[in-house]
Amino acid sequence: MIEIKDLSKAFDNHKVLEHVNLTIETGKTMVIIGRSGSGKSVLLKHIIGLMKPDEGSVLIDGEDITHLAGRELDTVRLKFGMLFQGAALFDSMTVEENVGFPLREHTKTPPEAIRQRVRECLKLVGLEERVEEMYPSELSGGMRKRVGLARALVMSPQIVLYDEPTTGIDPIMADIINDLIIALRDRLKVTSVVVTHDMRSAYKVADRIAMLYNKTIVEVGTPEAIRNSANPLVQQFIKGEAVGPIQEGLPDRRVLSGWSMRRPAIG
Amino acid sequence: MIGRLNSSFFQTASAAGTWAVELFWRAGSLSLLLVQTVGGLFLRPWRVQAVFYELWKVGVQSWFIVSVCSLFIGMVLAFQSAYQMQKLSAEIYIAGLVALSVVREIGPVITALIVAGRVGSAIAAELGTMKVTEQIDALITLAADPVRYLVVPRFIALIIALPLLTLWADAIGIFGGFLIGTLKLGILPSLYWKMTTLPLVFKDLFSGLLKAFMFGIIICIVSCFEGFRTQGGAEGVGRATTVAVVSSFLLIIAADCLITALLYFVWR
Repeated sequence: MIEIKDLSKAFDNHKVLEHVNLTIETGKTMVIIGRSGSGKSVLLKHIIGLMKPDEGSVLIDGEDITHLAGRELDTVRLKFGMLFQGAALFDSMTVEENVGFPLREHTKTPPEAIRQRVRECLKLVGLEERVEEMYPSELSGGMRKRVGLARALVMSPQIVLYDEPTTGIDPIMADIINDLIIALRDRLKVTSVVVTHDMRSAYKVADRIAMLYNKTIVEVGTPEAIRNSANPLVQQFIKGEAVGPIQEGLPDRRVLSGWSMRRPAIG
Repeated sequence: MIGRLNSSFFQTASAAGTWAVELFWRAGSLSLLLVQTVGGLFLRPWRVQAVFYELWKVGVQSWFIVSVCSLFIGMVLAFQSAYQMQKLSAEIYIAGLVALSVVREIGPVITALIVAGRVGSAIAAELGTMKVTEQIDALITLAADPVRYLVVPRFIALIIALPLLTLWADAIGIFGGFLIGTLKLGILPSLYWKMTTLPLVFKDLFSGLLKAFMFGIIICIVSCFEGFRTQGGAEGVGRATTVAVVSSFLLIIAADCLITALLYFVWR
């Protein structure tokens, strides 16, 4: 179980998260939704110990990781797999080396068994053997993301964190990734935390959805509860409407209506 | 008027204070990275293949530019000395002058500046790009220590390659002086060689190699540190690269002065 208790974080006196409380039960999928820059990725990085909170704590299976460092924290991290927003593949390594990296670093698995396992994981995310010897720079954005997912899954983690798993990939592949997240939960009882804007994906994979707004969690509930929420913030976000209580960072509509497409005189 | 003066005084004092804090923070962070790197040298498994790869990049790929620069610097030193020495009819001493200047100072410093510009900038840019594309975060989430994984192989490569490159630069620099001394100034080759080796003692070679070793540490730690603290996108990587090279240059010159003072004026 993942418990986030009263967590606050600021960067250069700019508060990003304030008194965030969230519980994610073992074997369940929690989807965190919210606008860009609302601190969703920052929250995800606190869960895996990439960032230390200014206040509050993060408990993984009852163990407070905010005070851990070095090998103790690494031991906890081995329970995790993480898919980064831009995949974060190592440029200097081939796909095979990227996916097999955790196995080579932390296990004594023989090279042939690593190759076999890498092949299985790549197959799981819909990639063929021919990509094994390719470098990340030779892959499309969607392929890179799938390789990142294969790397996150290669150690059979108990918890998988997904940062925008379906952004930048075609809708069909996005649906396959959604099915994969569901399959991992159902078959392997993997706990998942998914950060996304993609409401279609959120409704499909979530056991519970939490909405992050104005530095804190404003609503948590099942997909059905979120869909029927009485909170106007939640309704505006899930419907993707420009009109509503969320107005920060949006252009003034009066400016938009008065704007004309006059071309500047050239010469 | 007094109010304006007061305000400008406080602004200057505040800027000086911020600068001093930044300087101490930087010195502390660099020292911490150095301690972590030295600690990482003793942790298994050793990444022997990565060390050889870095040795290739630092040593072999810098060999040509170091050779060319050292040759020309040796020749220029001989020309400049000849210009003065000819007035005293003391051209024969050019050999010793070139040898001492090259072995004690020019060899290690020029080699270090070339490597800082060529390799230090590449390290800062590579690690900076890894930082902004979250590859460093990915390493951490995969429970791999970025210092042990990224800094230690570069550290070993630099502290081995820089003294070796310096030895080579010394030899080529002396050869440059030899070419001018024998071909242009007409000094007998055997006499030039004798006058080269006469003033050189082991301490000269030792001080040059000690400097090269220290410069290797500076280039590695400064470049890796700047790479790790890169923020932003392409602009951030560019800034990190520039800061890494400029800081390395400054620290190399400062360390050169300190080591020379210690070896030739404190522990004679």
